[in-house]
Amino acid sequence: MTGFLSILRRELRIALRRKGDVLNVLVFFVVIASLFPLGVGPEPNQLRAMAAGVAWIAALLAALLSLPRLFAADYADGTLEQMLVSPQPLAAVVLAKILAHWLLTGLPLVLVAPLIGLQYGMPAGAFGVLLAALLVGTPVLSLIGAAGSALTLGVRGGGALLGLLVLPLLVPVLVFGAGAVSAAMSGLDPSAHISLLGAFLAVSSLIGPWAACAALRVALD
Amino acid sequence: MLETTALACERGGLRLFSDLGFAVAPGGLLRVRGANGSGKTTLLRTLAGLTRPSEGVVRWRGQPIADDYRKEMLFLGHAPAMKDELTVLENLEFSAQLAGLENPDCKNALERLGVARLADLPARFLSQGQRRRAALARLALSAGVLLWLLDEPFAALDAEGITQVSALCTAHLAGGGMLVLTSHQDVAIASAAPQEIELR
Amino acid sequence: MNSNLLRFAAPQAFFPIAGKLIPWFSVLAGVLALAGLYVAFFLAPTDATQGEAYRIIFIHVPAAWMSMFIYVVMAGWAGFGLAMNTRLSGMMASALAPTGAMFTFVALWTGALWGKPTWGTYWVWDARLTSELVLLFLYLGFIALKGAIPDPARADRAGAILALVGVVNVPIIYFSVQWWNTLHQGASVSLTRAPSMAAVMLLGMLLMALAAWMYSIATTLARLRKIILERERDAEWVRLQRSAA
Repeated sequence: MTGFLSILRRELRIALRRKGDVLNVLVFFVVIASLFPLGVGPEPNQLRAMAAGVAWIAALLAALLSLPRLFAADYADGTLEQMLVSPQPLAAVVLAKILAHWLLTGLPLVLVAPLIGLQYGMPAGAFGVLLAALLVGTPVLSLIGAAGSALTLGVRGGGALLGLLVLPLLVPVLVFGAGAVSAAMSGLDPSAHISLLGAFLAVSSLIGPWAACAALRVALD
Repeated sequence: MLETTALACERGGLRLFSDLGFAVAPGGLLRVRGANGSGKTTLLRTLAGLTRPSEGVVRWRGQPIADDYRKEMLFLGHAPAMKDELTVLENLEFSAQLAGLENPDCKNALERLGVARLADLPARFLSQGQRRRAALARLALSAGVLLWLLDEPFAALDAEGITQVSALCTAHLAGGGMLVLTSHQDVAIASAAPQEIELR
Repeated sequence: MNSNLLRFAAPQAFFPIAGKLIPWFSVLAGVLALAGLYVAFFLAPTDATQGEAYRIIFIHVPAAWMSMFIYVVMAGWAGFGLAMNTRLSGMMASALAPTGAMFTFVALWTGALWGKPTWGTYWVWDARLTSELVLLFLYLGFIALKGAIPDPARADRAGAILALVGVVNVPIIYFSVQWWNTLHQGASVSLTRAPSMAAVMLLGMLLMALAAWMYSIATTLARLRKIILERERDAEWVRLQRSAA
């Protein structure tokens, strides 16, 4: 347990000294969401219909931006190697890093999302559902993203390749997450969508760390 | 306690070494020599359990190496494993926590490697040699860890650093520990059972 | 270890066997394809609403089935190779991927060809086509990852991990796409609503599917031989092969 906590604490400490990284992701999120109206026109009804999808796609892309960094720095300076030879179970190491990633990327996105809601004229009732859906869905981005990040460690074409690997696997998150918000906006019950999102979270919390551990061992072989 | 049987490793299609067998007992020192690219680092990483050998087995206490092995083993590779944003002391404390060391006296460890005055400096301000010393300060905390696997520990060290590290190693062996290291230079470490392997 | 069977897990031992099997599977594929096409064009009745154009489902549906089937087989081989550390299994997965991707592409393309004369549009976002599109991305990701890692052993292991994650996710993805499709009632056109299945149509599709399966085995074995020669090029037996040829 102390290994898990010390890794978590270290990640947060480093991020505090490099605040730029976290802010970049948030700004990117808002920029992406702001581009859509510029591309499709400012007609309010059209934007409202797109709101759920745009918020989620922007979240996916913003998370993708931060994923290569998850293991790359530690890989380059030898810390990752030390983590693998330490007595700490690799699963604990990976989970600590994933949790840190979510706290520094996913959670801030959840907090900034209301801004997107405002930009797209989302009705008041949908804001809560947007936050709830993102809260359940963003950890999935970190879990599956970690697997993708570990698989592409030190591989050329990293960022784009990571996107190609990870985005198709995240289709269910997009469907259920955006579906929940759209349902709420139409006055329908979003709980089925959120439950399915939760089920997918459960599945990814098993597969993601397993794949990340296996991939790290392969990368450091 | 550490032994290998018919160990062989391949890297990128090239066979680096094959049919390697040796044993290291408490108090024993094994020095691995060889030209650059001969597989010294690969051998050490295989002993650490990072690299899978293409043939053969590494055994610890008679069993093939598994998770428990890592509790009794310390591996220090080429890279100093320090984060630029953290201070020297923070880096060492993290390494100690990762290794599961209880109540590590990190300040004292840095003292013994002559880098105590750098303790509160972010690692990015350190020179190559200073980083190496700060990384090796871990050795001063690890007397209780039986097996030390060190890859080129003396690289980038000045004469004083070499003396300090050699002293730590000698003390470790005298206390019943084991040491396997790779080194270009001759090492001034006293051991009851010194061995050498040359990889071609 | 069952050394009798696993003897053939050595690339060198399997290479000649693969060579002998290819002609058989090719012939089977040809025969089955002819039978299937005969049923498709001469035995199956003309559809009341869609006319002759619907006959493309005899390629579209088997291609979609094969694209799914091959992905599972590929993941199976890759997983086996990861667990048992056999070189041939990883090569098998690499050999299967392009064929699987091809069938996915054929399914998408025939879907477009069906859509145009029938519904007036080349692409519809119905459940099957969208799922096939995502499956194509999964195949491309697998091929890209393997291609980006220079060391074949590491590439095999990384690819295997990806394929296993993929194979677990594919049912979930398919389900979510179905879910998404039923939510957005906009698309009244659907390629999944094929004309009601007369028994003879099912026969035609099964024959074509079997033909596709035989074809896949033949092409995969041929590709596997090429991969073996490439990967084992430093081995003695390959050099002898080359100098004999």
